[in-house]
Amino acid sequence: MDSAFIIEKSVFIVAVFAITMIMAMYSTWAERKVAAYLQDRVGPNRAGWGGLLQPLADGMKLFAKEEFFPNTPNRFLFIVGPAIAMSTALMTSAVIPWGDKLEIFGRTVILQATDIDVALLYVFGIISVGVYGIMIGGWASNNKFSLMSSVRAASQMVSYEVAMGLSIIALLMMTGTLSLKEIAAQQAGMNWNVFYQPVGFLIFLICAFAETNRTPFDLAECESELIGGYHTEYSSMKMGFYLFAEYANMFISSAILAVLYFGAYNYPGMQWMVDNVGVNAANILGIVVLFIKICFFIFFYMWIRWTIPRFRYDQLMHLGWKILIPLAIVNIMVTGVCILVFK
Amino acid sequence: MSPVLITFYFLAAFTLATAFLTIYSKNPIHSAIYLVLCMASIMGHYLLLNAQFLAIVQLIVYAGAIMVLMLFTIMLMNLNKEDEVHKPRITRLGAIVVFILMSVVLITIFINSKTIMGEYDSTGEDFQSIKVLGKVLLNEYMVPFEFASILLLVAMIGTVLLTKKEKEQK
Repeated sequence: MDSAFIIEKSVFIVAVFAITMIMAMYSTWAERKVAAYLQDRVGPNRAGWGGLLQPLADGMKLFAKEEFFPNTPNRFLFIVGPAIAMSTALMTSAVIPWGDKLEIFGRTVILQATDIDVALLYVFGIISVGVYGIMIGGWASNNKFSLMSSVRAASQMVSYEVAMGLSIIALLMMTGTLSLKEIAAQQAGMNWNVFYQPVGFLIFLICAFAETNRTPFDLAECESELIGGYHTEYSSMKMGFYLFAEYANMFISSAILAVLYFGAYNYPGMQWMVDNVGVNAANILGIVVLFIKICFFIFFYMWIRWTIPRFRYDQLMHLGWKILIPLAIVNIMVTGVCILVFK
Repeated sequence: MSPVLITFYFLAAFTLATAFLTIYSKNPIHSAIYLVLCMASIMGHYLLLNAQFLAIVQLIVYAGAIMVLMLFTIMLMNLNKEDEVHKPRITRLGAIVVFILMSVVLITIFINSKTIMGEYDSTGEDFQSIKVLGKVLLNEYMVPFEFASILLLVAMIGTVLLTKKEKEQK
């Protein structure tokens, strides 16, 4: 392991961290703008052109607010809650392939922080640990509504993780690998997985909504029943971290959706670009294409949020256990039969 | 001392400390959180042995799924001192006997697995990769693997049956 390799990876990891933060920041701005557009309003337009400085102003406000602690015997766990939520939201980006490769000063730079053998399982592992942020924070708040919210979040996450895992199995049977880099490379051209796995994609999409706690599955922070949900007692930047973690999760899950099902950084004519224009230009365009896909999914999240009302809790459980899981199992069987017949 | 050894000592100390704290904490939620940390540190041990797959499965299954359910149950239960049911002495005795039997099984597995590990080492095959692991599980250990899955299925159906309310007869 030479020093150039360490520098290259460090720069790359810092860049991914910065991009995740910026995307999460501007997702809050985009959320308001999309909401305003769908409700025929203007949205934020005071700070900067079109309200573009609004996220910065919000961040400054959250930092400057009074830090309030509820009457709880678990002050330490109260602080740990948002910290876990934020760090697990950022950890998943380590295995996402942001592009193919670049050639800088004669070195081939792979645009991925690390390519481990079990990348997809790593993502699932981090997601399953992410729920502790909400659970511990909600419990340490010493408040009945927060506790109920964290119990809801836990049962929701556990139920939808099962369907999510099953929907991925059908995809894995097709690709034959757990490495996100290889899954991305297999989808060259217009060979996107969504055309072969439409049902799997649909199940994964619904579960991604549930895992990121977004409407219509945001029962953990359902205002009409639970005040503010698990972050009722939180104030200042600890509250900001919870909100920010949700947007960071949204960005990462959009990236995973794009990589798994929508061809990652591939676009039609990529090979032609590599042959005629050069590797760097073709792959930088690939990164841009991936970000366009990610932005589309982030928009899709917001579109759904301002279109569909929240589910009732029993409806949520019914959908997860009695519809999505059997559907995912049928999808696995159909995929198996298709692989046997066509390959 | 090599960095790997230092990491191992640190991890081992962490695992043992969290395991003891799990038993000694008064608050059941604190116990559960220490157990989560213990499970996560075991994942570190697997990584030191270069067993990526096992480490991730440890994270998903134990630290992720089982402990979330455990915390969930503890949060739902009313764990006040006055409601605590008095346990008869025979259950404590039973627990000790079961623990001793379990440790005998675990120690036997540990002693026997050492020789098998050596055999795999000498073949020079990367027995930690998922491809090799999958092939070994579904060829060499096919029957025990299927038995384990049937056992899990039966346990699952049993739980569903227990929770189901019986229909009142008209």
